[in-house]
Amino acid sequence: MEKFSTLSGIAAPMPLVNIDTDMIIPKMFLKTIKRSGLGGNLFDEMRFDRQGNEIADFVLNKPAYREASVLVAGDNFGCGSSREHAPWAIADFGIRCVISTSFADIFYSNCFKNGILPIVLPQDQRDALMKDAEKGANARIEIDLVAQTVTSSDGDVYTFEVDSFKKHCLMNGLDDIGLTMEKVASIDTYEVQLSAERPWV
Amino acid sequence: MSPKTLYDKIWDAHVADESDDGTCLLYIDRHLVHEVTSPQAFEGLRMTGRTVRAPDKTIAVPDHNVPTTLDRANAETMTEDSRIQVDALDKNAKDFGIHYYPVSDVRQGIVHIVGPEQGWTLPGMTVVCGDSHTATHGAFGALAHGIGTSEVEHVLATQTLIQKKSKNMKVEITGKLNPGVTAKDITMSVIGKTGTAGGTGYVIEYCGDAITDLSMEGRMTVCNMAIEGGARAGIIAPDATTYAYCKGRPHAPKGAQWDKAQAWWETLFSDDDAHWDLVVTMKAEDIAPSVTWGTSPEDVLPIDGVVPAPESFTGGKVDAVKRALDYMGLTAGQKLTDIEIDTVFIGSCTNGRIEDLRAAAAILKGKKVKDGMRAMVVPGSGLVRAQAEEEGLADIFKDAGFEWRMAGCSMCLAMNPDQLAEGERCASTSNRNFEGRQGYKGRTHLVSPAMAAAAAITGKLTDVRDMM
Repeated sequence: MEKFSTLSGIAAPMPLVNIDTDMIIPKMFLKTIKRSGLGGNLFDEMRFDRQGNEIADFVLNKPAYREASVLVAGDNFGCGSSREHAPWAIADFGIRCVISTSFADIFYSNCFKNGILPIVLPQDQRDALMKDAEKGANARIEIDLVAQTVTSSDGDVYTFEVDSFKKHCLMNGLDDIGLTMEKVASIDTYEVQLSAERPWV
Repeated sequence: MSPKTLYDKIWDAHVADESDDGTCLLYIDRHLVHEVTSPQAFEGLRMTGRTVRAPDKTIAVPDHNVPTTLDRANAETMTEDSRIQVDALDKNAKDFGIHYYPVSDVRQGIVHIVGPEQGWTLPGMTVVCGDSHTATHGAFGALAHGIGTSEVEHVLATQTLIQKKSKNMKVEITGKLNPGVTAKDITMSVIGKTGTAGGTGYVIEYCGDAITDLSMEGRMTVCNMAIEGGARAGIIAPDATTYAYCKGRPHAPKGAQWDKAQAWWETLFSDDDAHWDLVVTMKAEDIAPSVTWGTSPEDVLPIDGVVPAPESFTGGKVDAVKRALDYMGLTAGQKLTDIEIDTVFIGSCTNGRIEDLRAAAAILKGKKVKDGMRAMVVPGSGLVRAQAEEEGLADIFKDAGFEWRMAGCSMCLAMNPDQLAEGERCASTSNRNFEGRQGYKGRTHLVSPAMAAAAAITGKLTDVRDMM
């Protein structure tokens, strides 16, 4: 997994609330058996018409936001299906950070497995960053995972919370399975106990 | 000992390791697998030379992609990319030695219907699947939730998940449901009240007389949509109804093992003075047959309501509702019962079980689907289908003009050939009314099976109470 420490980039505003994973990556792109190559279909039905032409007023099609690496989004981003294709598509497009007031639980976890930092901020701060993002390509937002801060283009600094274990894994690009394998003795012990106490499992 | 919730008790029984910061390795008792979210996970195992740690606790079934037409044994009915995914699951199940129900097996069906039906899902278990509607299994008093593909790989390799504990939320439904009101209406009404992010960060325990009065199938419908309310999981304490459902199922314990299991299950309830971070209470008598009008499951109203105006909302929801009304082709103030329907879909992990089919058939008996409408029933599993045929329900559906399909996820998410056309409006017993969910620009109204049947007869969203 790609490491994440700091990021300076263009933020694209997506104020719509309840952006679901069906919007992020529609189901016809779930028929892949790979993780890569989904960025071209990120937000497919909002971004392209049925002939595959770009819809000009969709934010990521606007010249200012084509190189966006941050999304500032409406409440409850990533709700719906557990499909990890959603963060795969986001990362493949080049977006490494999403800022909202809240995220759906499974999507939030999935981000950390794919080098994406989801940041939860209070509504007023998210709204301020949304306004900042609306300024376009000249307004770069800076994210510092080490210090847990977001800095707007005007220099306003907002701090955010992140779970210390998730932060550690993201900063070091760590493979969860490898970490858990180091604790295999605990799992062995648990299984012995399980077969004695709840043998029907 | 400090008082605990049901969730606390199941959590504590599954912690295999705990770090100083509260990060736990949670042991997983049942891992359900389907073809869409697993290929990359198995590929990951191969690339790293890892194996499936507990193949006997891992159960796979293809459901999302599979065609539901009667001729599906013919490989031509599946698109090439769908076939690749199903073939990959066939191969992965065989290579890694996990339990498997292939498309040709009568027990095949939607993973969340097959798990309980076969007795894989039992009280007090942890159940995960790369699918958000894993919440369904919470009906058994199991801690059950969806995971991403990276976590699928993690569970395959280690039989654990890295987790931090969620908060406890109690949703109590007091009293008795009125006639025509179902488990689907309960779960939709709760989301209407709490919103789609209302449960974020929580595990919900549903309780109260209206919940304990439900059958296991009704409880599964309630828990199924906990995820639509944003919760990590929904859960209902096991009781005599639960044990009666589980007993005798192929993978349920037998004899002395059953007695030992039930003795433990009987300790699985929330203590009287357990701590709740949030409590929501509703009266069953206040719940009406419900329907969604927008593009989020929180956009729900009683069937005798009218389409709301965007201005009646606040914040970001104002623009979202404008967008939803435009997408749905509806006008504020329009009566819900005036909305004309093109298609009816009965099925899905929310409402594809035998009692759902019975409820729809009871309304349809001796009636016909309105001319020009498309109507289909997709049983949740091959066994549900067989039972419905035995009970004569299939004939009622067919006589009414419904298509009688094979088991699968079908039009709930339209990854298969069952899709809405652009602008087509559907009364659906599924769980999500998102934009494009049932087909590009398709319009979904979520309803109970009885309400779906009523809409099929009249061609409009209809108050089923008028037809009883």
